[in-house]
Amino acid sequence: MDPTLKAQFDDTVKSHPIVLFMKGNALFPQCGFSARALQLLQPLGPVHTVDVLADPAVRQGIKDYSNWPTIPQVYIHGKFVGGSDILMELAERGELQDLVAAGGK
Amino acid sequence: MLDAETLRRYLLDALPGSEVELNDTTGTGDHFEARVVSPAFTGKTMVEQHQLVYAPLQPWLKSGELHALALKTYSPEQWKKLGPR
Repeated sequence: MDPTLKAQFDDTVKSHPIVLFMKGNALFPQCGFSARALQLLQPLGPVHTVDVLADPAVRQGIKDYSNWPTIPQVYIHGKFVGGSDILMELAERGELQDLVAAGGK
Repeated sequence: MLDAETLRRYLLDALPGSEVELNDTTGTGDHFEARVVSPAFTGKTMVEQHQLVYAPLQPWLKSGELHALALKTYSPEQWKKLGPR
């Protein structure tokens, strides 16, 4: 993939403990799955959101970067965690907050 | 269209020693839900576990023969702790 874009993603996911690539933004999610992901994450701490609808290069680029076909996508402490299904399952198992608390270790 | 037994055997080949339970949720052979308990999942994150299941199914996912798979994955240790629910 485009090295500039890759560097941009590297920087974004490392600069914030919780990053959500979503459709729309925290105030106006444009998709139910994105909204749900946001709801699950917000109680755990500040969520940095990236609106993939704002830039087609980002929308396709994040799929290549994560090797994951759908949006939303969640990164916690720089590590790809998954999409909305995985997020829900992790939340149900109580493992989501552990990931945040672990501080990337 | 796939049948659950074909899919199950395919997954067992790809992930030896696993326990695979499959349901055809719509009865149309393209939407399934699966629970996979596999020793290959030990120490892997959930996204890595899902990727291990999706990898051998790529041709069917790409062709659209398999439209959706609702997936629950557990290492044997996780299954002992969390399942059956």
